[in-house]
Amino acid sequence: MIADQLPAWQIVIPMLAAPLCVLVRNSTAAWVVAMVANLLTLLNAWALFVQIRAEGVIRYALGGWAAPTGIEYYVDIANASVILLVSFISSVVMVFAFHSVRKTVLTGKHYLFYSAWMLCLTGLLGICITGDAFNVFVFLEISSLSTYMLIAFGQDKRAFTASFRYLIMGSIGASFILIGIGFLYAATGTLNMVDLAQRIPDAESKRAVLVAFSFLTIGLMIKSAVFPLHGWLANAYQQAPLVVTAFLAGTATKVSLYVLLRFFFSIFGPDYSFGAMLLNVVLLPAAVAGFLLMSLVAIYQTDLRRMLAYSSVAQIGYIIAAFCIASQAGLTAGIVHIFNHALIKSALFMSVGCIIYQVGHAHSRSFDNLFSTMPFTVSAFIISGLGLIGVPLTVGFVSKFSLIGASMEKGWWLIGAMVLVSSLFAIVYIGRVVEVMLFRKSRMETPHSVGSNEAPLMMLVPLYVLVAVSIWFGISGSTTLDVAGQAARALLGGYQ
Amino acid sequence: MKLYPRQRHRVLQIVTKLIIPFVLLFALYVQFHGDYGPGGGFQAGVIFASAFILHGLIFGLQRTRQVLTPNVLRVLMSLGVLLYLGTGVLTMLLGGNLLDYNMLAHDPKTGQHWGIFLVELGVGITVTAVMVSLFYGFASKR
Repeated sequence: MIADQLPAWQIVIPMLAAPLCVLVRNSTAAWVVAMVANLLTLLNAWALFVQIRAEGVIRYALGGWAAPTGIEYYVDIANASVILLVSFISSVVMVFAFHSVRKTVLTGKHYLFYSAWMLCLTGLLGICITGDAFNVFVFLEISSLSTYMLIAFGQDKRAFTASFRYLIMGSIGASFILIGIGFLYAATGTLNMVDLAQRIPDAESKRAVLVAFSFLTIGLMIKSAVFPLHGWLANAYQQAPLVVTAFLAGTATKVSLYVLLRFFFSIFGPDYSFGAMLLNVVLLPAAVAGFLLMSLVAIYQTDLRRMLAYSSVAQIGYIIAAFCIASQAGLTAGIVHIFNHALIKSALFMSVGCIIYQVGHAHSRSFDNLFSTMPFTVSAFIISGLGLIGVPLTVGFVSKFSLIGASMEKGWWLIGAMVLVSSLFAIVYIGRVVEVMLFRKSRMETPHSVGSNEAPLMMLVPLYVLVAVSIWFGISGSTTLDVAGQAARALLGGYQ
Repeated sequence: MKLYPRQRHRVLQIVTKLIIPFVLLFALYVQFHGDYGPGGGFQAGVIFASAFILHGLIFGLQRTRQVLTPNVLRVLMSLGVLLYLGTGVLTMLLGGNLLDYNMLAHDPKTGQHWGIFLVELGVGITVTAVMVSLFYGFASKR
C-alpha cells in the first residue's frame, strides 16, 4: 500500500511539517520536526527513485480522478532524480542550519523560518513531480512566496530590498509562465502534460502556441536566472541568511531548469523548440555571454557570497549551452551539470556559512591566513572550488568534460573553447580567495591560537558529507552520467 | 461636551454591532452551502474575516486583537492546513489515493460530500486567519 502512495507522500510529508512547525513554536522543536520531515522526504525520494528504476514511469491520479480530467503526478527517471537531489540538499543543509539559524535569524521567529523552509521544499518537490501544467504554476508560487520570506529573514535591512526585488522579478516570471500555460490551454484544451504533448503537433500552426512558447521561454529564463535576466539572483543570494542561500543555490534554479527541460523537450518536443522555433538562436548567445561575462564579473567581487552568486549564473550558462546542443550527449551533459553544480555550490556556500559564523563577514580580502584558524572549513572550500573550476577527479571535471565532448560532437568547436576560457576565469576568482586564505600573512596578530576558531561539528559534518559525495561522483563519474543519460533519453523520447 | 474615543462614531459603532452577526452568519452560509450553490472556503473565509476587519476599523485594532489574538490566528492558520491535509492522509490510510473522497464513506456520493466539506472547512479557517493577520499586519504599521 505504501509503495503505491510514494508520489503523494513525497509532497504530503514536507507540507504536513510546515503547519506543525508553527504549532510547536519552540525553536529546537521546530528544527526537530523539520529535520525528521526532511529525512522522511529523502527516504521517500530514494524509495521512489529505486521504484522508478525498477518499474519505469509511475502515474499517480490525485483524488482517484484519471489523467486528462484530474491532476496527475507523473514520475519518470528525469524528475525522480531531481526530486532525490532536492531532498538530499535540503536534508544536508537542514542539519547545517541548526547553529547557523540560531546565530543569524531573529530569535522568536525560528519556527516561522523552518515552516517557510518546509513550504519551499514542498513547492520545489511539487514542481518536479507533477504532470499537470497548471499545477506546476501553483507549486511554483508556493516555493517562490516562501523563498521571498526566507530571503527577508536576512540579518541586514538590505535583505528586505533583495527580497522585494526578487519578488518583483519572480512575480513577472511566474505570471509569464501562467500566461504561457493559459495560451497552451486555449490552443489545445488540456493542461495535462502528456495530453499537451500529444495535441501540440496538431495545433503547432496556431498563433496561440507560438505566444505560449515565447511567454514560457521568458518566464522560465527569469526563474532559472539565465544571463540577461539574472538581476535578482546576486542580491538575493548575498542578503539571505546563508543557510537559505546554500539551500536555494542547490535547488531553486535547478528545479526551474528542470521545468525548462520538461516544457521544451517533453511537451513541445526538441524538433519544435530547437527546430521550428530556433530556440538555440535565442538561448545559446545568452548562455555563452552568461558564462563568459559572469565569470569575469565574479573575479571583481569582494564579497564571497556575491562572487559565488555570479559564478552560479555562469554555471547556469553552461547548463543552458548544453541544453542548446539538444542531442542525447548535450542533454546528458546539462543534466549531469545540474547535479554536480548543485552539490558544489551548496558545499561552497556552506563553507562560506562556516566562515561567516566564526568571522562575522564575507569580505574575501580580509581572510588573511584563515587556513591556520579554520583548516577544515578552508579545505572544504578549496576542494569544492577545484570542483567548480573542473579539475580532474572532481565532479566539475565530469560535467565539463561531457559538455565539451557534446559540443565537439555537434561541431561547435567555438563553444567548447569558450567553456575552457571561462574555466580559466574560474581559476582566477577561486584562486584569488584561496591565495588570501592560505598564503597571505596576517597583518595583525589574532588572539586565537591555531585551530581554535573552527565552526561547530554540526556545521562541518554536513559540509563534509557534501564534499565527500562530490568527490565520490567525481571519481566514479559514470554513476551520475548513467542516470543523466537515462533522463536525457526519457526527455528526448517524449511521453510514451 | 468632551467625547471619549470610544464614544465617537456612536452611530457607526451601533450599526456595526448589528451587522457583524449577520456577516458571520452569511459567511457560514457561503461556507456550508458551497456544496450546493456558489460559495466555498475561500469566499466564506474572506467574508468571515471581513467581520473582524470591520470591527477593527470601527472599534480600533486594540479591541479586535483582544478578541482574536495573533497567536490564535497562527494556530488557526496551521489547523486549517492540517485539516485539509489530514483529510488527504485519511483517504490514503483508508486505501485510496491522496484526496480520494470516495473512501470516506460507504457510498461514493456521501464520501465526496464529506471530503469536500472537510477540505473546504480547512480552507475557510486558514483564509479567515490569513486575511485577519494581513489586516493586523498593515494596520499596526505606521
